[in-house]
Amino acid sequence: MIFLNSFLVGGLFCLVGQIILDNTKLTPGHVTSLFTVLGVVLSFFGIYQKLIDFSGAGATMIISNFGHVLYQGAYTGYHEMQLLGFVSGLLTKASSAIVSSIICAFVLALIFKPKD
Amino acid sequence: MDKYEYQKIVKENKPKEPKLKNAIVSFLVGGSVCFIGQVIASILQVTFGMEVSESYIWLCIITIFIASLLTALGFFDNFVKKCQCGLIIPTTGFAHSMTSSSLDVRLDGMISGLGMSFFKLAGSVILYGIISAFFFSILGVIIYG
Repeated sequence: MIFLNSFLVGGLFCLVGQIILDNTKLTPGHVTSLFTVLGVVLSFFGIYQKLIDFSGAGATMIISNFGHVLYQGAYTGYHEMQLLGFVSGLLTKASSAIVSSIICAFVLALIFKPKD
Repeated sequence: MDKYEYQKIVKENKPKEPKLKNAIVSFLVGGSVCFIGQVIASILQVTFGMEVSESYIWLCIITIFIASLLTALGFFDNFVKKCQCGLIIPTTGFAHSMTSSSLDVRLDGMISGLGMSFFKLAGSVILYGIISAFFFSILGVIIYG
């Protein structure tokens, strides 16, 4: 059942993004930033964790998940280290995505030549 | 010819974007990407005995690696042009934007090219993610405690 849910939820996010992209003057850069902030807002209201429980990878593979892990990192950071936790905990959970994409992009840019 | 007439002619001759087709394609492609991701996550959970949250982190890393590799090999730009949001909204879009911008500026040199323009497109996601997460988490602590 979780397979069908992940298909539907992931597809719905992409559908909403496509409708925004086609009917406004926003660029793909705007849409991805918008969805990241949307993930933070949904996480703030506690909806995003429920969405992950409901649809698994349908919610974790979307760029909004980046906003969700940023928010959760800062929120749990506060409960571990009080005020300092806001700044020291913010990137802890999002670190895997940022570091792996930096390393992949850097190494591949050294190996491959751009094609036009 | 005044400004109004000119804009009318421009509007008539503008190529129409097939909005319905784009929407259906991005729904199906985005759904399929997430479905494949769920299959990979389930395989990781069953064969390696990972916890659910751990398998999603590995899934994220695997997705980023595949998307970056396909971008560097030159396939991914065509896919993104055809499927648009079906591949931009999933994590693949983040990896694609990072790798393609670093490939573009690679020939300008290591520091002035790669170093300075590395986060050109992905920078906005990281910037606005961090800014909004910081203020919302303060608000969350105030409200939820």
